[in-house]
Amino acid sequence: MDVSAYLQLAIRILTVAVAVSAPYIFAAIGEMFSQKSGVLNLGVEGIMMLGAFVAFYFAWAHENILLGIILAIIVGGLMGLLMAFVSVTLKAKQGISGIGLYMFGWGVAGTLFRLFVGGVQSIPGLQNLNISGLTDLPYIGRILFSHNILVYLAFLLVPVSWYVLYKTPWGLKVRAVGSTPRAADTMGINVTKIRYQCVILGSMLAGLAGAYLSVAQANMFASDLVAGRGFIAIALVYFGRWKPFGILKGAMLFSIANGFQRWFQISGIAFPYEVTVVFPYVLIIVVLALSHKKFAEPTALTVPYDREFKG
Amino acid sequence: MKNNLREILFNIAVLVGSFIIALFFGAIILLIAGVNPLVAYHAMIIRPISSIYGLSEAVVRAIPLMMVGIGISIAFRSKMINIGGEGQIQLGAIAAGATALALPGLPKVILIPVVILAGFTAGGIWGGIAGWMKAKLSVNEVLSTVMLNYIAFQIYLYLIRGPLIDPSELAWGTGVPQTARMPDSSIFQRLIQGQRIHSGIFIAIIIAFLVYFLLWRTTFGFRLRAVGEEPKAANYAGVKVDKYLVLAMILSGGLAGIAGSIEVIGVHHRVLEGLSANYGFSGIVVALFGRLHPLGVIPASFFFGLLLIGAEMMQRAVDIPSALVISIQGLVILAVVSSNLILENPKYRKKFLSFFVQKF
Repeated sequence: MDVSAYLQLAIRILTVAVAVSAPYIFAAIGEMFSQKSGVLNLGVEGIMMLGAFVAFYFAWAHENILLGIILAIIVGGLMGLLMAFVSVTLKAKQGISGIGLYMFGWGVAGTLFRLFVGGVQSIPGLQNLNISGLTDLPYIGRILFSHNILVYLAFLLVPVSWYVLYKTPWGLKVRAVGSTPRAADTMGINVTKIRYQCVILGSMLAGLAGAYLSVAQANMFASDLVAGRGFIAIALVYFGRWKPFGILKGAMLFSIANGFQRWFQISGIAFPYEVTVVFPYVLIIVVLALSHKKFAEPTALTVPYDREFKG
Repeated sequence: MKNNLREILFNIAVLVGSFIIALFFGAIILLIAGVNPLVAYHAMIIRPISSIYGLSEAVVRAIPLMMVGIGISIAFRSKMINIGGEGQIQLGAIAAGATALALPGLPKVILIPVVILAGFTAGGIWGGIAGWMKAKLSVNEVLSTVMLNYIAFQIYLYLIRGPLIDPSELAWGTGVPQTARMPDSSIFQRLIQGQRIHSGIFIAIIIAFLVYFLLWRTTFGFRLRAVGEEPKAANYAGVKVDKYLVLAMILSGGLAGIAGSIEVIGVHHRVLEGLSANYGFSGIVVALFGRLHPLGVIPASFFFGLLLIGAEMMQRAVDIPSALVISIQGLVILAVVSSNLILENPKYRKKFLSFFVQKF
């Protein structure tokens, strides 16, 4: 291959990487809010499955993608309400209740899919939105500005969530509730309310991430569509050390590696198929092992807050 | 004694309550799907207990559930959340299958223990990796066990489609990737003519009692539980917390591996795709329902064995996908972990108990 072929390849991989990183960004930023307030929501995968199904169903049966996306967000919010009720009000162990939520979403999505759709169907999916002027820029234009609207939204979400978290009173409350809930409570912050808000917001974003997978990326639904992306998103929160731009970096790095892996599969270079499929999961384990620093974690993460109990 | 009995009854009441709440939400899903929940639940709950086939199949499913559930209980006791049961079962199954195929000449009394041990080793290594990463690198074990599930699944597929594929499968090409049939000397006896129930159930129950003995009658078990309940105190008392986290995960994964072995030599007699029917996840519910106690897991696994076969019967009767039972299990998990508010908070506990005593 000559230089321009390499350049074309790099542009192709980067363009795909930008597109496939969007669901990770949605889900991981959402999970970040949840964890910042002190709630580890391990049900993201299940919420994404249900969100993916709901969005797909309305795009397929009613040919209304927008309605599907909105309903996926609402369904995600309801799942978040359930998670918040169980883990904040009833003070259940978060690690396990998240798994319960995951199985619930997985089962419901699978059940409704078989009942209402039956088999794998494809849909037209979300159209790419070319921004006149910007899309025609050399190289950068294709990489950054040849995507559907949700991709732009995902990338916009990063600075917005940074601003919300670090520059607004609400963001300050979220951080206070996640690190020193008792002090926050003394200052008159309603710990329960903030945690509910964060878990529900996070779950709505997870629902949107699921919707992205079915109506903007795969353009179909299958029972293994989400394939661990929800858990990968949670891992990206650890990798990004609970910071929006850290998460963006992680999501991009992961998506580029993944794009490279896919190119490898079709490039004709002899390599066992199973190794390439396993690659993203191995990468996440390695990343978790290398990036984990305890001190970055919100100190009250997974600890239910009990006003009457002085622990 | 009277207090103890009340305690157990109280626990059972909470579990039954949790289950009823889960069924109630499941009924809502059924209504959305346009199915009469009473008809569906009748097929799911009453049918399996009213036929030999149903009861036999419930036991067949209870065996792996019991092994995985006990394994998950051990992990939970040391505060490790093991979501990797699925991968550990699959690797246990493939190790068991490969061992049996490699040693066909051995007599039954030697081969069966060797095959079970092979499954234990493979599952134990897989669980141990997550335990080691938690202990040494503080990697969240939920995330690592989930990732290890995906990796195990690919290894499993690669082996049954590639190196371990049935030679006659290659010759005739039936299109079902699977290994060759296990030698007869590695296979469990069937207990009832025409049913799949097999003598693996005895092994499972013996292991349950062994684990109970290990956890409650040995220093090792005491330390393992101490690590889970008060890691700091255990550390001060000279218990190597890290070591026990890894050991708990090895045992936990190893028992899931045994579940895989027993599935191969008891039910399928070969390793094939779809061998583990989500037992890794159902095992979590079983462990919670058994109150993380090996002997509590025995009845819990029979109960969920009935539920799983009931889900299949429901699917056949009213055409509701058996995936619904996964969501019911998820709700059971949510309800059971939530019930801790009642069980552990003295205030609510007293209220609930007095209510309980008055009414009954």
